Amino acid sequence: MLKRDLNLTRPDEVYNAIVDAHKGLDEEQVRAFDAKLILLLANHVGDETVIREALKEAAKQ
Amino acid sequence: MGSYEYRTYPYRRPPELDGGGSRRPVVIVGAGMAGPTLALSLAARGVASVVLDEDDTVSLGSRSICQAKHSLEIWDRFGIAARMVEKGITWTEGEVYLRDRPVYRFNLAPEPGHKFPAFVNLQQYYVEELLYERCAAEPLIDLRHRNKVVAVAPRDDGVTVEVETPDGRYSIEAEWLAACDGVRSPVRHMLGLPYPGEVFNDQFLIADIRLKGDLPKERRFWFYPPFHPTNSVLLHRQADDVLRVDIQLGRDADPEEEKKPANIDRRLRQMFGPDARWDHEWTSVYTFTCRMMEKFVHGRTIFVGDAAHVVSPFGARGGNAAVADADNLAWKLAVVLAGQAPAALLDTYCSERRAASHENILNSTRATDFITPKFPASRAFRDATLALARDFPFARALINSGRLSVPTSQVGSPLDTPDVDADWTGGPSPGRAMVDAPLNGSWLADQVGCDFTVLSFGSGETAPAGTTLLSVEAQGLVGQRYDARPGTTYLIRPDRYVAGRWRHFDSAVLAAALGRAMGKETAC
Repeated sequence: MLKRDLNLTRPDEVYNAIVDAHKGLDEEQVRAFDAKLILLLANHVGDETVIREALKEAAKQ
Repeated sequence: MGSYEYRTYPYRRPPELDGGGSRRPVVIVGAGMAGPTLALSLAARGVASVVLDEDDTVSLGSRSICQAKHSLEIWDRFGIAARMVEKGITWTEGEVYLRDRPVYRFNLAPEPGHKFPAFVNLQQYYVEELLYERCAAEPLIDLRHRNKVVAVAPRDDGVTVEVETPDGRYSIEAEWLAACDGVRSPVRHMLGLPYPGEVFNDQFLIADIRLKGDLPKERRFWFYPPFHPTNSVLLHRQADDVLRVDIQLGRDADPEEEKKPANIDRRLRQMFGPDARWDHEWTSVYTFTCRMMEKFVHGRTIFVGDAAHVVSPFGARGGNAAVADADNLAWKLAVVLAGQAPAALLDTYCSERRAASHENILNSTRATDFITPKFPASRAFRDATLALARDFPFARALINSGRLSVPTSQVGSPLDTPDVDADWTGGPSPGRAMVDAPLNGSWLADQVGCDFTVLSFGSGETAPAGTTLLSVEAQGLVGQRYDARPGTTYLIRPDRYVAGRWRHFDSAVLAAALGRAMGKETAC
C-alpha cells in the first residue's frame, strides 16, 4: 500500500533538496536526472504493487 | 561472396502429374526450419507427410543463427543435434557495453548438468541442410523441391492444394495442411487472412563477415560504441569463423546506400581497427514487425512459425518458436489422425502457441523499445539505466538487449491438470517445460520419447496405457530439479511440457490427467 500520510521526519528539507537538485538544469537534463532518480527510488521501494499505485496516482490530473 | 557452398536439391517429377498419388494425411508448405521439423516429428509418430518447397536449396543467408537448448532437444530426437553442436559455436556468456566500457556480463547457463548448452550459434543454412538430409533418409517424408503452391481450396474434411512444378501443375489432397511458409506466407494470402501487428521503423544492417584472427565466443552488445556512437551494435559468432555484425542504422538511413560494400567496410574498419582483414558472407538491411494471426488453425489449415507470428530478432525467438510450434503440433496431429483424440485438441495448438507468441512478442517488443526508444521519455529512462549500470547492480538487470529464448510458459492450458498438493517448493509446474538432468550416465531428456511419460520417483507402479513409465530414485540432481520425494509423480507431454504432477502415485488420477491432456475434456 502506498503511504498517504507523512513519512518524512524533515519534510521541508527533503522537498527542498529535491527541488534544489533540479536548479539550473535545462529540460533535457531534468528529464535525465528524474529518470535516474525514479529508477533509484523504485528499486529501493521494491514492492511492485506500491510502484504501480504511485504510477497511477501520479498520472491523475 | 560467401564460404558456404549452397547445394542444389534435385527436383523429382511428382507422381500426381502421372495420375498417381493419393489423399495425404498431412501436406506441409515450406521447407524452412518449421516444415522439416514438423515432418520429422510426424514421421517419428508414424505419420507420412509431403513437404512442398518452391526453392531447391537451403536458406539464402545465415538468418536465424541462435539455436536454443529447447530446439536442440527437439532435433536430438532425430539424431541431428550432436552434429549441430559439433559444427556450431557453443556460447553461454554475453557482455553489454556502454560506449567503450563493459557494464554487464551474463551467463545463460545457470547450472551444469544439462545435455545441451543454452545456445549453439549455427547459420540457418546448416540447420536446414541437416534437416533436409534427415528428411531424405526418412521413408515417411516426401520432400519436394521446386514445388510451388499456387492455390488452396479448403473443404470441410481437408484442403486441395494446386502445385506448380517445372513439368506443369498438379493438385494434391491433404487431410491437414500445415502452412510453414514464412512471414510472407503465400497460403495466408491465398486464404485472405489478416496478419495484424506492429511495424517498427528502425533500420538495421546485418553484415556477416569472415574475420581473420581471434573471435569472441560470446554475444556482445554495444550501446553508443565509439565505432558507431549514435546507435547500437550486436556481435555474434557463427560457425566457420563467421561473425554476425548487426548495426542499428536508425529510421532515416538510406538502405541502398548502407548496403554498398564501401560503406559497410568503412563501418567495420572503425569497429575492428586498421589491421583487421575480412571477407563478406552476407549482407542485409532489415526492419521488422511484430505480428500474430488471430487464429493459427483455420478449418483444416494450420499456420506454423513465421507464417503465424513474427517478432524482432532480439532474443532469438523466431526460429526457436517455429521449432516449438512444430513440436507442439506434431503429437496432436498424430493422435487426432489416429482417432485417439478429438480434432478439438488442435484448438489447443492455437491457444498454447498463441500464449507463447504473446510472451515472445512482449519480450521482443520490450527489448526493441529499450534498444530503439520510441519517445523522448523512453530514451531518458533507457539512458538513465545505462548511466546507473556501472555503479548499481540493479540497473544492470534492467538493461534489455534481448531476453534470450527460453521455453515459454503455457500455464492455464486446458490440457494441463493444475497442482492440488500445496507443498511444492520447486520443480516445473504444469504448463512449464520439463528440465533436463543427468540420469544413470545419460540424460533425462534422452528418456522422454514420443509418448506421454510418467516420471515416477521411487515407486515402481504401472503407468496408464499410452504412457511410458520412467521410474527413478528421488535423489541427485534429477531429484532436486523436480522437488522430488518418494511417490512424486510427473506426467510429461510428448512436447516435454509438464501436464500434471502429484506427491503420490495414483493411477486413476493419472489416467484422468492423461485424458485431459489428450483433449478429451476440452470443449473448444
